[in-house]
Formats: sequence, C-alpha cells, structure tokens
Amino acid sequence: MTATITGQRLGAEVSSHFPEAVVDVSDGAVWLQPASIAGVCAYLRDDESHQFALLSSVTAVDYVDHFEVVYRLTSIVNNTSTVLKVRLPGREDPALPSVAGVWLGANLQEREIYDLMGVRFEGHPNLKRILTWEGFEGHPLRRDYLEPPLPYTWPHGG
Amino acid sequence: MTQSPDDVGGPLGSPYGQSMPAPVISWDADRIEGETIEQLKWSAQEAFPDPLIDVPDDIKHSIAVTSVDALLNWSRRSAVWPVAFGLACCVFEMIASAMSRFDISRFGMEAMRATPRQADLLIVSGTLTWKMAPAVRRVYDQMAEPKWVIAMGVCATSGGPYYQGYSVVPGVNHIVPVDVYVPGCPPRPDALLYGIMQLHEKIKKYSVGSNPAGA
Amino acid sequence: MTLHTEPVTVNIGPHHPSTHGVFRMRVTFDGENILDVEPVIGYLHRGTEKLAEERQYTQVITLTDRLDYVASMTNNQAYVLSCERLLGIDPPVRGMYLRVIAAELQRIVSHLVATGFFMQDLGAFATPLMYAMRERERILDLFEMLCGARITVSYMRIGGVFQDTPEEFWPALGRLLEELPGYVDELEGLISANEIVLTRTKGVSIIPAELAINASLTGPMLRASGVAWDLRKAAPYDVYDRLSFEMPLGEHGDNYDRYLVRIREIRESIKLVQQCVEQIEPGAVRATTAMLFRPPPGEAYVPIEAPKGELGFYLVSDGSIAPYRMHIRAPSFVNLSVLREMMVGWKLADAIVSLGSIDFNMGEVDR
Repeated sequence: MTATITGQRLGAEVSSHFPEAVVDVSDGAVWLQPASIAGVCAYLRDDESHQFALLSSVTAVDYVDHFEVVYRLTSIVNNTSTVLKVRLPGREDPALPSVAGVWLGANLQEREIYDLMGVRFEGHPNLKRILTWEGFEGHPLRRDYLEPPLPYTWPHGG
Repeated sequence: MTQSPDDVGGPLGSPYGQSMPAPVISWDADRIEGETIEQLKWSAQEAFPDPLIDVPDDIKHSIAVTSVDALLNWSRRSAVWPVAFGLACCVFEMIASAMSRFDISRFGMEAMRATPRQADLLIVSGTLTWKMAPAVRRVYDQMAEPKWVIAMGVCATSGGPYYQGYSVVPGVNHIVPVDVYVPGCPPRPDALLYGIMQLHEKIKKYSVGSNPAGA
Repeated sequence: MTLHTEPVTVNIGPHHPSTHGVFRMRVTFDGENILDVEPVIGYLHRGTEKLAEERQYTQVITLTDRLDYVASMTNNQAYVLSCERLLGIDPPVRGMYLRVIAAELQRIVSHLVATGFFMQDLGAFATPLMYAMRERERILDLFEMLCGARITVSYMRIGGVFQDTPEEFWPALGRLLEELPGYVDELEGLISANEIVLTRTKGVSIIPAELAINASLTGPMLRASGVAWDLRKAAPYDVYDRLSFEMPLGEHGDNYDRYLVRIREIRESIKLVQQCVEQIEPGAVRATTAMLFRPPPGEAYVPIEAPKGELGFYLVSDGSIAPYRMHIRAPSFVNLSVLREMMVGWKLADAIVSLGSIDFNMGEVDR
C-alpha cells in the first residue's frame, strides 16, 4: 500500500536542508515559499532517502483571495507519495518558478495551468496557451471568469 | 533498418529534464490560427438554415421525379462515401457501424475516404469546439458537390451536454449546413444507419432542375 | 556533388486519417528524418472541469464518461472513489466486485481498440481492427445488460454501482470468458511473430526507464520500459488486494514492447474477471446514501490504474452540493510529455506508429 508521507515529517526534513522554504505543514501537505520550489523539488527527486522521481500531477486551485499550486510526488522505489503546495497571494499576475527542468512531465501540465488559471511559470521553455487558442481572452477556469455575451439565436426567437 | 536498443533518443540525444526550446515559427502560426478562430467565432453566431427540399403540400402527391432524376438519385444514394471525420465519443459508434456487426458496407459506404475531395458525405461525430471549427469548414469546402452533412450525436446537433461551455460550438449547423440530425449520446450504430437511410430518402427527392445538394 | 537539403515544417492534423482523434503536430523534417515535433492540442477542449463546478456530485459522473471515451467504466470508477474518500462512504463488497468486473472488461476493450488501431497505423488497413472490434462488440453487449449503454455507461455511483446484474449476465459472461482467450491467441498469432511488425516496431522510439519516470509516464507505457509500477498492486483500491495477477513488463521500451504489454494485460484481465466471478457473493450493490451529497470541506485524490495510465480526480469541496474544483489527472495528457524525445531521430512512418503505440485519447488529453 502506498504510504503517504505526512506533511509534518516531510516539512521537518525539507526545512533541515532548506531553512527558509517551509511556510506551513499539515497532515496532508507541506506549503513552500514560491521561490524555493524548484530547489526543493530537485532535492526531493535526487535524495537517497526520498527519491520522488515520479511527478504524479501539477495542478492549481483558485481560492478567491489566493491561488494554490499543488504538486503530487510519488516514489516508485519506496512506494510513498506526498503533496507539496505553494500559495500565491492576490490575483494580479501570480508567478512562480517552473519545475519543468526537474521533471519533464511538468511541461505540458504547467502550460495548462497558465492557460486555464493564468499562473505564470518562470523558466518554462515554452509557456503558451495549450487548450484554448492564442487570442482567447481571459483564463477560463478562474472563479471570476465571465464569458463575453454571445447572441445565440434560436429559430423561433428568444 | 533498425537501430540497436543501445543508442537512444536519436541524433539530438536524450536530455531528459530539459525540454528543447520551441522553434520561433510556432508563435506566429499559433497567433494566425487564433485570429482565424476568433473571426469565425464572431461571424458564426447564426445557424445556417437547414437545406430542406420544400414541396408545397397541395402538389406534393402529383410531383413525379423524372427517370433521369431517378437514375441520378439512385446512383448517388447507392454509394455515398463518407469522410472519416471523427471528433469525440461518437466516432466509436461510427467505427462500430463500419465494422462487421453493423455493416455499413451493405449501403456501399465502407469506403471512408481519407480526403474530402473524394467524398460525398461529412458525418460530424462528436463535440465541435471553436478551435476545430475552421478545420471543419475547410474540409466541407473541399468536398465536391453534391455533398451532404449528417450531424451525429447531440454534441453536433446542439452542443449536447457541453452547450454551456466557453469553447464549444452550439451545434455544427453554425459552421456547415446540416441535412440529417441523429440524436443520441452516442447514438447506437443502428441509429446512425437509420439516419443514413433517412438521408437516402432525402436524396431520392432531388431533381435536376432544382438546387443541387450542398449548394 | 552533394544534394542540398533544407528542413521543412509540415502540419499533420487536426483532421488526418491516422491520428487518433483531433490531434495536430507540427513536424520539421530533413527528408524523411524527423528533426523536431511540436504537438498542438486543444481541439476537443470542452471545459469539463469548469462545467463540473456547476453540477452536483452525481451529475458529474455523466461528464466523466466522456473523458476517455474508449474506457468509460474506469473514468467513473476513479471519480466515484475520490467522492467516496471525500464523503467517507464505504461501498458494499458486492458493489466493489462488480466494479472490478466492469473495470477489467473495460480494460480488455481499451487494449483491443489500442491494438487494432496500432495495426491500422502500421498499414494493415482495417483487418486486425475488425478482429479486435468483433470481441469488443461482445463486451459492449455485456455492458448493455448491466446498465443500458454501450460506450458512455455512467454505471458506477457514489457508494457502489447503479444496479445489480440481470440474470442473463452471468451465463453470457461465462461464455465470453471461455472463448476470449482463444480469440486473443488468434489475434496475437496474427501480429506478434509477423515479420513486418517486428521489423517496423522493434527498436523504434525507445523510451529508457529513467526518461519514462522523469516524464511522468504511467500505465502500459511505463511498464513497457521495464518499470514495475501498477497502481492495482502498489495502492490497491476496491477488491484488488484479494485478487492475484501478474504484471507484464517490457524490456526495451520500444513500440513492440508497448503492444506486447497490452496484449498480455488482456490475458491478465481475463484472469481477474474469472477470480471475481468465483469470489462474488450475493448482497447489496450500493450503500445507502443521501440523495444530495454535501461533503465536508476538504480534498481527496484517489488514483486508479486506468487502461491508459494513472487516472485520478482531485476534488476540492467547500461544503456545497457541487465540487469547488475538480482537476482531472489524465494519463494521456501527461503521457504526451515524452512525444519529442520519443520521435526525434526516427522517420515519418515511425511517427504515426509511435503515436499509435502511446495509445492516447483526445477526450482525455483535452478534457
């Protein structure tokens, strides 16, 4: 059974190597400083005791006053999994470093987050819209996204 | 010739962990595509009127199609070749109708042409998004007349379960005129075959003097 | 005198007879050799994640069917498992066995379709596809007995499955399980030792194990590269901890290994269904639950082993009747990360076959 590494344990181990990185811990996750995410991820991927070589997913959630980017890591060798989160306060131009250099699998997923949520990833080799088209206005998955009113007409009026 | 399993990744190597930078050409191509999509979206808000063959009721029973028309219509409906145009889930019911159980070959239609220039019928199966709409229009324009369109599934008819979506065209009749609508999510292959038979009934009514199909 | 050549960029798709769904690639060629590949997706982006925020938890099940439209049962299973984790509901044992039967039958369907289309991309135009789809029709008849629909099934519910099996289901399933191994042998006999298949797919588009893990590959693509990772064994859900099966592994990670892993997984799935048929007991199939679910605020993510890889629904709830955020970890979308590394250096004909061997599904990639 995949053992989940609790936030408290992972937070303690991460803060011993990266003193300023851990912001908060809970049972389920560790919250990190945005600037430190790439370094912590590289450490967690390569370190002998962790070996989180598989990035299960990267996703983002729009809590109205802040954005949260969620990373799920899995270790195949140890059969463990854990969750990292990064909180980006405010709604104006949220940005954080990209982990596409650490895991190749983060490339397309970070483009999707940029497209649908508007979170920019610095250092990403190809940050373009991926699911909608260039010239699409707005970021559709945000909670305050308003679709421009389109005059759909039905044959019998109304 | 096959390469040995020892050289991996091809001539550019396999630098995993770093992606190769994007070629400059693709930004422009994406922007041009985006402009095409936005133009089509704002100009395709009204649906095309359905190309009905309108015969007034009082003379409906006294119109007879001439033998030339009958011959042309018979030859056209006996082998209507579809374009292999599948978008989403409905495509698997279309493929199932082309397989050995629900045999579409009995209608002469198993030759699903890869190119629209050799095809008569466009079966739009699946959800149409605004990003895909210019491609559908282009495929339809490349078909030679007479040509027909079947909207298969509720997504192609009206947007289906996704009609509220920000990226979904509410019915493929905003992009191309549709002759037969086959509802269902997805319609069974039998339902698609019934829709095709209804199209055959429609083809029987064409006459050389009136508008040709797909004009 | 040397020939002057220049790289040319060609657009493949989105409407193309060999791409699996509306997928587009911009490929830069030097003659026939591929120099660069850029996938362009989004032609089937329907906004499922946004629509799920407006639908109740049970209504979202119908949206999840249409993600990987070849394998709807496993989509339902992944979503329902995440909801049950969020709500703290345990389904009854018979419900779990029925879920596993449905999921494994669906895995057989998906791998048959993958093999059929893989062979179509190789050039055996529709003949292996006809063989594969013939078996698929029999399994879809079973699904129709279970829940009335062939493709978009919506069979699973939060707390179990929709309804118990009708009487004619078990004899039909028994007949299918007797005859299916023979049909799989017939299909494999046509393909596995075929000289053209071996020449064109052995050693082509190799993905080594480290690259596979780094690119977040899961499912048959990862196992074909030799990594023994299957969520049914590593993190068992439903009743997989009571069932025994093997995990077919590839050696090199080329196109041939990916095909072989899928054919062998069909056999393992047949064994799993047989074990379920022996072990299943009468009982309830669905836990008694509320009509309208209002989960406590929190989040849940239960990944499952879908036929294409690791599928999971990340659900965030704020206490209302609709999910606050639903994110779909789609295996096909993540498996496409490795496209460039897989194709650069090979030829145009190999590109199409490699796409077939990834076995992605645009409903999942674009959501």
